[in-house]
Amino acid sequence: MPNDNWTPDQPLVSIKDVRKSFGSLEVLKGVSLDVMKGEVICIIGPSGSGKSTLIRCINALNDIQAGSITVEGQEVHTEKLDKLELRKKVGMVFQQYNLFPHKTALENVMMAPIKVLRKSKAEAEQTARALIKKVRLDGKEGAYPGELSGGQQQRVAIARSLAMNPDVMLFDEVTAALDPETVKEVLVTIKDLAQEGMTCILVTHEMGFAREIADHIYFTDRGVIVEHGPPATFFDNAQDPRTKEFLSQIL
Amino acid sequence: MLESFSDFFRELADQYPRWNFIFFYEPVQWDRIMKGLRYTVVLSVACVIFSVIIGVVGAWLQGSSNRFVRNTVQGYIQFFRNTPPFVQLLFFYFALGQFTPTIVGADGWTETPIISNVGWAIISLSFFAGAFNVEIFRAGIEAVPESTQEAAFALGFSRFQVYKEIVLPLAFRVSLPSLNNNLVNLVKTSTQAMAIAVPELLYQCVSIWNDYPSAQYPTMLLLFCSFVFLVGILVLGMHRWEQKSRIPGYGG
Ligand SMILES: Nc1ncnc2c1ncn2[C@@H]1O[C@H](COP(=O)(O)OP(=O)(O)OP(=O)(O)O)[C@@H](O)[C@H]1O
Ligand SMILES: [Mg+2]
Repeated sequence: MPNDNWTPDQPLVSIKDVRKSFGSLEVLKGVSLDVMKGEVICIIGPSGSGKSTLIRCINALNDIQAGSITVEGQEVHTEKLDKLELRKKVGMVFQQYNLFPHKTALENVMMAPIKVLRKSKAEAEQTARALIKKVRLDGKEGAYPGELSGGQQQRVAIARSLAMNPDVMLFDEVTAALDPETVKEVLVTIKDLAQEGMTCILVTHEMGFAREIADHIYFTDRGVIVEHGPPATFFDNAQDPRTKEFLSQIL
Repeated sequence: MLESFSDFFRELADQYPRWNFIFFYEPVQWDRIMKGLRYTVVLSVACVIFSVIIGVVGAWLQGSSNRFVRNTVQGYIQFFRNTPPFVQLLFFYFALGQFTPTIVGADGWTETPIISNVGWAIISLSFFAGAFNVEIFRAGIEAVPESTQEAAFALGFSRFQVYKEIVLPLAFRVSLPSLNNNLVNLVKTSTQAMAIAVPELLYQCVSIWNDYPSAQYPTMLLLFCSFVFLVGILVLGMHRWEQKSRIPGYGG
């Protein structure tokens, strides 16, 4: 297994020529990108261009038809995949938060460490309380998801993911379902994380945020990466007409 | 006080021959009723528990990736849902009962089957109500959003853990009203066990009014009251449970 040979100077996530179809619809048509440890990359692009599909392939929520994805040197799309190991390394936050509605905020955060990592309840609770504090929700530990605002739920979801102590975080349009006022509180949380050196892969429509936070921007359209580069070059000096058109519409 | 209670019904029976509440003044009859009530309760509780287990396991198997397993569960549901429970009971007891091993008694002469008529009644009724419970839980499971389960998978939960920790608790809440109806039906259907001589409440009551025709109306009255009471307890319990499992801020 190449796993043991992986060193932090190699890409933490490496995507090579990935192709993915749903039935006869080819959604990813040969996508490649590398993410180094500590890097923050943003994927932008029009609706339906395959952004969600791509990041869902990274933690094996979707399978692929061709190409390869490795996380810390470990191939994701193989029969021998240890899903548990993969999912310990890769955290994911969804557009619709997807909290467990029958558990309080604290229980949501504690659950995976107890059930999956087999931590003691006391230890899990200690970590969970610290994480809830970190996402600035102290005082809301006992609230159920239904009693929290969208922004608060999304921050619980981030804390829940962080409780597994992942090496890379995937964010799929995590502010898209939020009111404009609450978008900021979630973005601040992500920014904190990025500044602490968390490796992040974000799908976002928040261009200002992408520009500020990303080390690298990827623009996808119809299943291919049309253009990519550091934010400054990407936003101010886009080359491809499709990128230009997209940016002109959205900025 | 107790004396005057039984005296009252003894006199009532003397004056109005149709209203012979014999079980209120003859201890032997009272014991028959009590014995019947005990059997009914045991039968009901056992069937409620087993049918819920069958429902949970069946609904889990229906989500299996193995087609054979899914088809088997589907076949089971079709059979038990589309045939009369009474016929099922007779079939289990008289047909399957013939092929179950027996234990020879100490005298080397008497043979007792390892599954008694009570056992067959529990098995048959549990499978009958279980078939409905599978469908009820499946509807509840389908109401749990795929995305909630996906979030659990992304956290490293196994399929079994997702079922146990996320899907079941949420599905249960959705299923409670239908489950409630089915279990009420089950308790009432338990009277059919009379047909294979399970000495439950109906069996005892019929025996009493066969022995004492003057006690027929009172015994029927008693039957109705007992079931209103038994089902009432069940419904109250389910209602409490529903209240307790209500999640703040979570509709449905
Ligand atoms: N489970 C699925 N089955 C069939 N088709 C799917 C499935 N998931 C996604 N698709 C299709 O794949 C394409 C890409 O979808 P995807 O969700 O990756 O787009 P996206 O870039 O994330 O879009 P958005 O910005 O709207 O979230 C779409 O045409 C979509 O209809
Ligand atoms: Mg998407």
